[in-house]
Amino acid sequence: MSDPRPVSTHGPDKARFVIAFALAVLSLVIGWDAWRLSGINSYSAVGPEVFPALIAAGLALLALANAVEAVREGAQDRPRDEIVPMAWVLAGLIGQIVLLAFGAGFALATGWLFAATAKGFGKGPLWGHFLAGAAMCFLIYVVFAKGLQLALPAGPLERLI
Amino acid sequence: MDTFAALSQGLMVALQPMNLLFAFVGVMLGTAVGVLPGIGPALTVALLLPITFKLDPAGSLIMFAGIYYGGMYGGSTASILLNTPGESSSIVTALEGNKMARAGRGGPALATAAIGSFVAGTIATIGLALVAPTVVDLAISFGPEDYFALMVLAFTTVSAAFGSSVTRGLTSLFIGLALGLIGIDLQSGQARLSFGVPDLLDGVEVTTLAVALFAIGETLSVVAAGARADEIIEPVKGSVFMNKEDWKRSWKPWLRGTFLGFPIGAMPAGGAEIPTFLSYALEKRLCRKPDEFGNGAIEGVAGPEAANNAAAAGVLVPLLTLGLPTSATAAIMLAGFQQYGMNPGPLLFATNPDLVWGLIASLFIANGMLLVLNLPLVGLWVRLLAIPRPWLYGGILVFATLGTLGANPSLVELGMLLVFGLLGYVLRRYDYPIAPVVVGLILGPLAEQQLRRALAISVGDPVVLFQSPVALTLYALSALALFGPLLFYVITGRKAPVGGDED
Repeated sequence: MSDPRPVSTHGPDKARFVIAFALAVLSLVIGWDAWRLSGINSYSAVGPEVFPALIAAGLALLALANAVEAVREGAQDRPRDEIVPMAWVLAGLIGQIVLLAFGAGFALATGWLFAATAKGFGKGPLWGHFLAGAAMCFLIYVVFAKGLQLALPAGPLERLI
Repeated sequence: MDTFAALSQGLMVALQPMNLLFAFVGVMLGTAVGVLPGIGPALTVALLLPITFKLDPAGSLIMFAGIYYGGMYGGSTASILLNTPGESSSIVTALEGNKMARAGRGGPALATAAIGSFVAGTIATIGLALVAPTVVDLAISFGPEDYFALMVLAFTTVSAAFGSSVTRGLTSLFIGLALGLIGIDLQSGQARLSFGVPDLLDGVEVTTLAVALFAIGETLSVVAAGARADEIIEPVKGSVFMNKEDWKRSWKPWLRGTFLGFPIGAMPAGGAEIPTFLSYALEKRLCRKPDEFGNGAIEGVAGPEAANNAAAAGVLVPLLTLGLPTSATAAIMLAGFQQYGMNPGPLLFATNPDLVWGLIASLFIANGMLLVLNLPLVGLWVRLLAIPRPWLYGGILVFATLGTLGANPSLVELGMLLVFGLLGYVLRRYDYPIAPVVVGLILGPLAEQQLRRALAISVGDPVVLFQSPVALTLYALSALALFGPLLFYVITGRKAPVGGDED
C-alpha cells in the first residue's frame, strides 16, 4: 500500500498495544502447551516441548518490544478503513463456507463469493453477478474436476454432469 | 567438466516435447497471473501450485520454473504500466518505468525490462549451474548444528530485510514459527497446539497460509482503502522497440544489475529488493544525464530489472543446495518440492540429478520463451491490466478458494484461509511484513529437526551448538543482520535504509 508515512501525535499507539497483548496471549498458549507436553514421557533426548518453549519465550519478548515501540513511536494517524465494503468481502468468504457446509456445491457457493466481493468493490447487481459467477465456477468445476482430477465439493448442480 | 555433463543431461530432460509444453504453459500462466495488479510472484506461485498436483515431479517443477520467471516478468509489466508494484523488488522499476510510460515511452521501458531480464536471467542461471555443485560439496560436510545456525541466519536476515523495523520483522517471523508448531510432532508422535481438531494434526499448509496472507489480506486492504487506491493505466503508445540510443544506454546497466543481483540473491541472506535499490543508486551515479532520473531514465529500468531477475535466480542457490528458502516465493517453491516427498538440499543433487538439472535447464528455456513471447503479446497483457477491480478481486478470491479446496477439500481449511486472511490484513494495516511469516512457517519445523538432531548427538548438551567454526561464523553474521541497522543508527545518526515488504 502506498499510504503516506503516518504522522505521530501524542499518546501511545493503541493498535500496537493490542498487537503486543495478542502476542503475549499467544506466548502463554504455546507455553501452556509446552508445559503440557513436558509432562508426557518421551524417549528422545530432546522432547517435543523444547522448541515450543523457545518460541513462547521469543513471543513474550516481542510482546514487550512491541509495547515499548508503541509508546516510543506514539499514536499514528492511519487513514480510516471503510467497514461496509470489507463486510461484504467477509460476508462473501463466510457465506461460501456456510453454503458449502449445507451442500450447495462449489459453483453456487463460489458464485456467491464472487458476487459479494464485486458488491464490496461497488459493482452490482448482486443477483446478476451471482448468476454469472455461478456459471463461471461451474465451468471451472468441470475443467478442474474432470480435467485435473481435483476433488472439489459437489452439490445439486455438479451432480448433473 | 561434471557440471556441463550434468547440465546437458538436464537439457535433454527439459527439451522433451512434453516438458517444453509444461514450460510454455508455466510461462504463459505465470505472466498472465503475475501481470494482474496486486499479485506478486509469491502469490502467483501459490495460486498455481494446486494445478500441478497431479503432474509428475519433473513436469511440475519445470512448469514451476516457467511460472516463477513468468510471474516476475508480469510483475514488472504491471509496475511500469500501472505504478502499483506487486512486490517490493519492483518498486524501483515502477519509479522510472512508470515515468517513461507517462512520457509515452512505455514500449521501450517494457522492452528494456524484458531483454534485461533475459540477459540477467541467463547469466545468473549459468552462475547457478556453476556455483551449485561447489555449495553442495561444502554442504555435505555440514553437521546438524551448522544447518541450525544457517537457518537462524536465514531467520534473522529475512526479518531484518523486510519491513520497517526489526521488531516488526521478528514479530512476523515468530508468528510464522508459532504456526509451524501446529500438528503432530514427527519425532515423538505428540500432537501440538491442535486443540483436538483433527484437521490441525497435519499442520498448516504453506500454500494456504501464503494464499490467505497475500490474496485475501491484499483484497481486504484494497477494499478497505476504498477510493484511496485508484489506479491509472498508462496506454502503451508508439513502438515497443528500442532505438539505437536505448540499446546503448541499456546494455551496461543490464550487466551491472546482474552482477549486483546474483551474488546478493545467492547469499543465505537473500532477498531481491536490496540489489534493485543498489542498482538504482549505482545507475543514477553513473548516468551521463542524471537530471533524467526521476523523469523516466531508461537506465533506471534496465539496471534494477536485471538485478531483480538475477537475484531471483540467485535465490535458487540456497534453495536447491541447502533447502533454505530466503524469500516468500522460495518458501512456496520448497512446499512444491515437499508435496512430492522431496527435500531440496545436497542429497537431492545425488539422488535426483535429472530432476535438479532438468529444473535448472528449464530455467534457460523459460527465459528464452519469455523473451520471444512477451514483447509481441504486450497488447494482451495490457488488456489483462484493464480488468475492472470488482471483477479482478472477485476472480482472485474465487481462485484463492479454488486452490485451497483443490489441495484439501475441507471446510476447516477454508476457515483457516479466512482467519489467516484477516491476519494478513492486520499485518498490512500496521506495517508488519508478510514474507517472514511464510518463511517462518516452512523453515521452523526444519530448524527444529536440525536442532533436535544436533542435541540428540550430544545427548542434550547445548554447547554442541556453538562448537563448530561454521556455526559460529553464521551466528556472527546473524547478529550483524539483527544489530547492524542499530549500529548504523548509532554511528551515523540516521536510520538504516531497509527495504519494504516482499510480496
